[in-house]
Amino acid sequence: MELFQVQVTMTDLLVIAPELALTGFALVILLMSAFARPERRGFLGYTALLGVVAAMVSLYWGIGVEASAFGGMVRIDPLSFFFKAMILLICLLIVLVSLGYAKREGIGFGEYYVLILFAAVGMMLMASGVNLLIIFLGLEVMSISIYILAGIMRDDTRSVEAAFKYFLLGAFASAFLLYGIALIYASTGTLDLAGIGRVLAEQSWISGRPILITGVALLTVGFGFKLALVPFHMWTPDVYEGAPTSITAFMATGVKAAGFAAFVRVFFYALPSLQAHWTQIMWILAVATMTVGNIIALSQSNIKRMLAYSSIAHAGYILVAFVAGNELGISGILFYLLAYVFMNIGAFTVVILLGKKGEENTLIGDYAGIGYHHPLLALAMAVFMFSLAGVPPTAGFMAKFYVFSAAVKADYYWLAVIGVLNSAVAAYYYLRVLIYMYFREPEREQAIGGFSPAAVLAIIISVWGVLQMGILPSAFLALARQSIQFLL
Amino acid sequence: MPASVTPLYFFVVSALIFAIGAAGVLIRRNAIVVFMCIEMMLSAVNLTFIAAAHYLNSLDGVLMVFFVMTVAAAEAAVGLGIFVLLFRGRKTIRVDEINLLKW
Repeated sequence: MELFQVQVTMTDLLVIAPELALTGFALVILLMSAFARPERRGFLGYTALLGVVAAMVSLYWGIGVEASAFGGMVRIDPLSFFFKAMILLICLLIVLVSLGYAKREGIGFGEYYVLILFAAVGMMLMASGVNLLIIFLGLEVMSISIYILAGIMRDDTRSVEAAFKYFLLGAFASAFLLYGIALIYASTGTLDLAGIGRVLAEQSWISGRPILITGVALLTVGFGFKLALVPFHMWTPDVYEGAPTSITAFMATGVKAAGFAAFVRVFFYALPSLQAHWTQIMWILAVATMTVGNIIALSQSNIKRMLAYSSIAHAGYILVAFVAGNELGISGILFYLLAYVFMNIGAFTVVILLGKKGEENTLIGDYAGIGYHHPLLALAMAVFMFSLAGVPPTAGFMAKFYVFSAAVKADYYWLAVIGVLNSAVAAYYYLRVLIYMYFREPEREQAIGGFSPAAVLAIIISVWGVLQMGILPSAFLALARQSIQFLL
Repeated sequence: MPASVTPLYFFVVSALIFAIGAAGVLIRRNAIVVFMCIEMMLSAVNLTFIAAAHYLNSLDGVLMVFFVMTVAAAEAAVGLGIFVLLFRGRKTIRVDEINLLKW
C-alpha cells in the first residue's frame, strides 16, 4: 500500500501567510490573557493590533504573487488580495475602536480580540478559497466566532439574545448552504470552483438538471442569509441592535465583504455559464433588498437599528452591480464595499463615542444638539451620513455612481431607476440624523463617556477614506478593475 | 449493494430528512429541539455527500463529511453555551419568549 504523503511547500505557506500570522497572534493572546492579571489585560488589544499589522506586512510580501496552494484549495490572486487587504483594514479599524470600547464596557477578557482575529481568518479563507470546502470552512470559522462575539457582554440580556438569534438562524442558513454545496457536488462531481465551471461549460443546457438548479438556489439562500438580503434579513436588525456596537460594525462590514468575496467567486468563477438564469433571481433580490431595507429604515428611532436596515439596503445596491455583471459592475462591487467599510465603521465609531457604560444613547433623539456640544464628532458623523446617503463629494456618491452606471451599461434601466429612487428615499433617514444634530435642542446634558485616542484615529482614517474615495476615486477604481480582470 | 438501488433513492431520503428538519426548525419552540432539527438537516446533507461520493467514485464528498461533522460539533459547543447563558438570564429558552429585541 502506498503511503499517503502530505507535503507543505513554501508557496503554500506564503499564500496563507496573513492567516497564519493572525492565527499565531490569536493563540499568543489567548495564552497571555490566561496568565495576565485582570488589571493588566489592557495590552492584549495592542497585541491584537500588532497581529493585524503583521498580517498586513505578510500580505504585502506576497504582492503580485499569483499561486494556488494546498492542492488547489486556496488561491492568492488579485481578487483575493483585494479582499484580504480590505478584511485586514476592517480588522485594524475594529481593533482600534475596541481598545477604548472594550475597556469602557468591561469586556476585559482576551477572548474578545482572539475571536476578532479568528473571524478575520475565516473571512480571509472565504475570500481566497477556490474550493467549496474551504469556502464553507471559512464561513463557519467566521460565523462561529461572531456568534460568540455577539453575546460577549454576558450580563447584558440583549447581547445574549442577539447571539442566540444569530446562532439559531445562522446554523439554519449554514445547513441550506451545505445542502446547496452537496447538490452541486452531486450533479457536477467536484467541489473545485474551476472544475465546476469546466463541467458546466461543457454541458451547455441545464434544463434537465433539477438537482443542479436546486443546489444553486440553496447556495443563494445560504449566502443571502449571511449577506442579509431580503427576504433572508429578518435576523439583521435584532442582532445588530443587541450586539456590542464594535461587533455590529464588524458584522456589517467584515461579514459582508467576505460574503460578497465568496459570492463573486462562486458565481463568476464557477457558474458563469448559468449567468442568464441567476441574474433574474438576483434582479428580484436586489430590488427587494434595496426597497425593503430603505422603507423600514425610515421608521426607525434607534440609530443602530437604522444602520442595520441601511446595511441591508446597501447590500441591495451592491447586488445591482452584481446583476449588471460587466467589468464596471464587478469592479463596482469591490469599490462599493471599500467605500462602505469606511463610512459604516466611521458612523458606528461615532455611535460608540457618544455612548457611556450602561447608557448607549442610541436613540436618534439622543443626537439632538450634538453639533454644538461636540462639533468635530458631529462633523465626522455628517460626513459619514452624507456618504451613506450618496451625496458628492463622498465615497458613497462615487460608489453609487459606478454601480448604477454599470446597470445602465448592461441595459438594466429599470434596475438603475429603482436604485436611484431608493437612494432618494434613503436620504431622508440619513439627513434626519443631521437635522437632530444641528437643529434640535438637546433634551438633556450629554458628556462623552468613552473618549479614546484610538477611536479618534479610526474616525480620522474613515473620514480620510470617505473623502479620498469621493474626490479622487480613479486610483481606487483602477485597483478594483485590476483585481477582477482575470474573471472576465 | 443491489443493483436496483440508484442514487435517486438516497437523494430522495436525504431530501425528506432535510425537509423534516427544516419543518422542525420552523414549528418547534424549544431552542434545543430546534437545534436538534438543524443537526438533522446537517445529517441529511452528509447522507447526500456520502451517496454522491459513492456513485461518483470520488473522495471529495467523504472528505466533506468529516469537516461537516467537526463544524457541527464546534457549533453545538458554542450554541449550547449560548443557550445556558440565555437560560441563566431569562429562565426560558423557548424561542417565542425571547423577544426583547424587536421593532
